[in-house]
Amino acid sequence: MSKIPLNTPVLDPRIKRVDLESTYGTTAIGENEHWISWEVFHQKKRGDQHVHVGIVHAPDAQLALLFAKEQFGRRLACVNLWVTKSSDIFSFSYDDEDIFDNATAPEKQYREAAGFKVMEKINRYKKSKQKA
Amino acid sequence: MEAIKNLLFRMADDELIYGHRMSEWTGMGPIMEEDIAYSSMAQDKIGHALANYSILEKEFQTANPDKLAFFRKENEMMNCQLVELSNHEYDFSLVRHFLFDHADFIRYEMLSTSSFAPLAQLSKKIKGELKYHVLHADTWLTRLGNATDESHVRMQSALNELWNYALGIFEPSDFEAQLIAEKIFDGEKVLQQKWIEKISPIIEKANLKIPTSSSPVYGGRKGYHTDQLQPLLTEMAEVISSEAEGTEW
Repeated sequence: MSKIPLNTPVLDPRIKRVDLESTYGTTAIGENEHWISWEVFHQKKRGDQHVHVGIVHAPDAQLALLFAKEQFGRRLACVNLWVTKSSDIFSFSYDDEDIFDNATAPEKQYREAAGFKVMEKINRYKKSKQKA
Repeated sequence: MEAIKNLLFRMADDELIYGHRMSEWTGMGPIMEEDIAYSSMAQDKIGHALANYSILEKEFQTANPDKLAFFRKENEMMNCQLVELSNHEYDFSLVRHFLFDHADFIRYEMLSTSSFAPLAQLSKKIKGELKYHVLHADTWLTRLGNATDESHVRMQSALNELWNYALGIFEPSDFEAQLIAEKIFDGEKVLQQKWIEKISPIIEKANLKIPTSSSPVYGGRKGYHTDQLQPLLTEMAEVISSEAEGTEW
């Protein structure tokens, strides 16, 4: 695996690589030298839920919104965007993925909405409508 | 009629030339999001120019928008000199963006009640786009004005350099009285007043100072331009001029 030398100049203002060779333990990354990650949520129309669409990097919330508008608000219908710091998101660990197993266990299919008897009735009704 | 035509040409030429200057940041922006921002605002501006040239063609039977945009001579262009200046560095472009777009936003806001219906309609249609252009400019101006010593000095120098050109946006036309009397447009003087009132607190918030002495750079609206416009016009018309007339794209 090739290594990028640590003192390679970086043009991107969001990233400052710490040069380990010239400094010992005292190097600090200054404010705004490493931009923060923000999670972006997109709302298609009023009343809809905001849906997570991706992330942007920005030094503060205002600029995060501006960047989010450019990346996620230009091509699809959009009435509103949210941003929140990625570090404010709390999550389960993938190691604990098995705690969700029983949600889809074969013997518990009755929990799936599609398994309800009423679904069959609806489908029968739809079919009869199509024929008519 | 000449009065409205003159107003439409001033607005369209501003937007065309400024749109092309903005588009020059495509692929060159300091970060990807800004690259995208300038590119999309450039498209908006050129769209606004097209809308105004289309009104000229439809209501006043001028040549078509392509002809108006690409085949007029330098001394026929009525844009203010502010928009034709080369981009320089990003600070310069951002400050121009701030100064021009606030004026553009207020101009269209004033036109939303114009007695000339096509302009009143256009104003309502593009309001959201202009609102975003202004938001983008304000966000960067206030941030960079307050960030580091270097960014502050850069923004202040750009403001000093551009201020007199910005005042040139409001160069009065020969038709001011007529436009006002016929309730088409309240005139450049009112626009300038509203502009100063709008931008002053934002400049203050950015910790910047409006230059104390000023002498507006006029001439652009009468076809007098800097040596930076002709090369841009030549470049803009390079492709269309290389094809036989009537070529379909």
